[in-house]
Amino acid sequence: MLAHATPTTIAVRVRGLSDRAIAWLFIAPTIALLLAINIFPLIWAVYLSFTNFRANRPNAEVEGVGLRNYQRVLNDPDIWIAMQTTAHFVFWTILLQTVIGFALAYLIDRKFRGHAFWTTVILIPMMLSPAVVGNFWRFLYQPQIGLFNYIVSFFTGIPPSSFEMLGSVILAPWAIIIVDTWMWTPYVMLICLAGLRSIPDYIYEAAEVDRASAWRQFWSITVPMALPFIMLAVLFRGIENFKMFDMVMLLTGGGPGSTTEVASITLKREAFESWLTGRSSAFAIILFVAVFGLANIYVKALNRVKQR
Amino acid sequence: MRKMTKALMGMSSALVLSTAIPGLAKADELTLCWAAWDPANALVELSKDFTAATGTTMKFEFVPWPNFADRILNELNSGGKLCDLLIGDSQWVGGSAENGYYVKLNDFFDKEGIKMSDFAEAAVNAYSTWPKGTPNYWALPAMGDANGWFYRKDWFAKPELQAEFKEKYGRDLGAPQTWDELKQVAEFFTGREIDGQKVYGAAIFTERASEGITMGATSALYPYGFKYEQTGGKYDMNGAVNSADAVAGLEAYKALYKCCQPPGYTDSYMGEGLDAFKSGQVAMAMNWFAFFPGLYKDEKVGGDRIGFFVNPKQKVAASTLGGQGMSVVANTDNMDGALAYIKWFAQPDVQKKWWTLGGYAVHNAVLNDPTFKASQPFAADFLVAMNQVQDFWQEPSYAILLQAMQKRLHDYVVADQGTAQEALDSLVNDWKEIFEDEGKL
Repeated sequence: MLAHATPTTIAVRVRGLSDRAIAWLFIAPTIALLLAINIFPLIWAVYLSFTNFRANRPNAEVEGVGLRNYQRVLNDPDIWIAMQTTAHFVFWTILLQTVIGFALAYLIDRKFRGHAFWTTVILIPMMLSPAVVGNFWRFLYQPQIGLFNYIVSFFTGIPPSSFEMLGSVILAPWAIIIVDTWMWTPYVMLICLAGLRSIPDYIYEAAEVDRASAWRQFWSITVPMALPFIMLAVLFRGIENFKMFDMVMLLTGGGPGSTTEVASITLKREAFESWLTGRSSAFAIILFVAVFGLANIYVKALNRVKQR
Repeated sequence: MRKMTKALMGMSSALVLSTAIPGLAKADELTLCWAAWDPANALVELSKDFTAATGTTMKFEFVPWPNFADRILNELNSGGKLCDLLIGDSQWVGGSAENGYYVKLNDFFDKEGIKMSDFAEAAVNAYSTWPKGTPNYWALPAMGDANGWFYRKDWFAKPELQAEFKEKYGRDLGAPQTWDELKQVAEFFTGREIDGQKVYGAAIFTERASEGITMGATSALYPYGFKYEQTGGKYDMNGAVNSADAVAGLEAYKALYKCCQPPGYTDSYMGEGLDAFKSGQVAMAMNWFAFFPGLYKDEKVGGDRIGFFVNPKQKVAASTLGGQGMSVVANTDNMDGALAYIKWFAQPDVQKKWWTLGGYAVHNAVLNDPTFKASQPFAADFLVAMNQVQDFWQEPSYAILLQAMQKRLHDYVVADQGTAQEALDSLVNDWKEIFEDEGKL
């Protein structure tokens, strides 16, 4: 009743305004802001994607080019290579972060002595800025003075200067995957930990009574009940890594060559270095539709899992 | 009545505020935009004389090189009012002239008696004119520059190394004259232990994101005979960009990278090259002449320990052009002040002081001075370099052209993909597509 009384009182005070009008009044600034900084640029980008507009040629006549920008983007082999690089990066980071993150969450959930301290320590990388992490790992990967090469050398006997994590075509993509996994596994761990802690103890107690083994309990209780949380973590990390830019830019700049040039770096180069605004808008729309479509399919799957 | 008063007050406040914001840029204040590097500090020092003479306060916006183009071109494209004066890269002239970002200075030069014939011809052509070769001036040559080399003179002078080198190559160990010699010297030093440290032959440009590898590789391509077009202005690139000479030049650059670059220098440009040299990792390094005054003054590697040489020739003598012209940004609110600065900067005495402070003046009063060659250990090389410079495309579409070259070169040199011929053939195709879009082909 109280919840109803408050807006009624306001409505009485503000004469002539209905409850609905007051509600609109409250949300209008948010909607205006949303329209200004999200919806309008999106619509504008859609418009630009059908033109030959270049931001560095403000005086040039803007002409409609139909679907030409989309055709060029979709027929550009370099863009498909960038998409493959992105897919490789997204797949391996998600796989590693999910497996390691869940394993860490499972360990932390055992509540061993000092688990709170170790939880805090594990969370540190996630709290750092990607710019700091990128520069920090650039030094670690330095072949002559970098700690990473020395550690690998210590365990394998390979001379530290004999391999370059960021300069090798084979190793550079994995160098980025290692850094992203180091930084964001704690995030996945946190979500998984929330999932594990949401499982009621009585289910395990009932399983104990039924003499279910620990292995059976893990696969029949822990995993299915934590699955919605794991899927949520995968969704968040998938979306984030699909648009990964800063860390890759700092670590390799997309190199060597174009080996680590993920889609977002290609997009930035097209838009702000080559100034092909129309074409880069088309690429951005394609990326947006791809992420939006995949995320929607995934969310439907997530809802189904939740309802089970 | 009260409502009306409030409304009027509100409107007048809005009016005052709206007119006050542009007014924040005071008439007696100028903002000059440039890259953040050693010569910029010299310009700050030099500009104190302008402030003393005119009372105009100088503000500076210096952007680190890797972000310089991004930051400043964004500023120009968005119609920003940050810069009154801009010392912009030579490749920007075409686009900035055609898009109306720079003020055309011909009338101003005529009125003030500023003659372009007072400046080095190569510098005027590179930094000031658009279209190229026409007397349409969009900038005053401000900072001459080219890609040059420096080496550890003290290492080269070691008797045991001299003897070993002479025995191996049959000539004295000294500054290389050709690209073949450059590679021999670089190989000679690579892997050697000097002063208790393993050293490498040469630090060269490999940077991917902005312009690094293009500026480095063209220092090999030009001397080997690379040309952008078979006939100037015809855009007939096939057979020029991917000629046998160009392929040989690119292979030479990759060979130097493979044999003699220190480990980890896969994305290195000016800063990284300077670090490699100053930390005693390399015997030689390429970099812009702009850094040479600072290097010569360096306590650890400067003075008698450092020597300089102009980019080695091969088939022809050539150097990659750097340097910039000073332009008035068309959007400025202080046009008179900006033009006054240009007028002041163009004076022979100011140009002479500019050189003594570490700026590379290209005024003939400086370059033709009998004492110029002996004024700095790299001054004579600078003169040679400026007489043999070649520049990248200065077309309005230079940014896309540059990105295409960055990609093709980095893919071949650093990522080891394909052959030099394939890289340059692909580059021709990229550039053809760009010029077709421009309606020039």
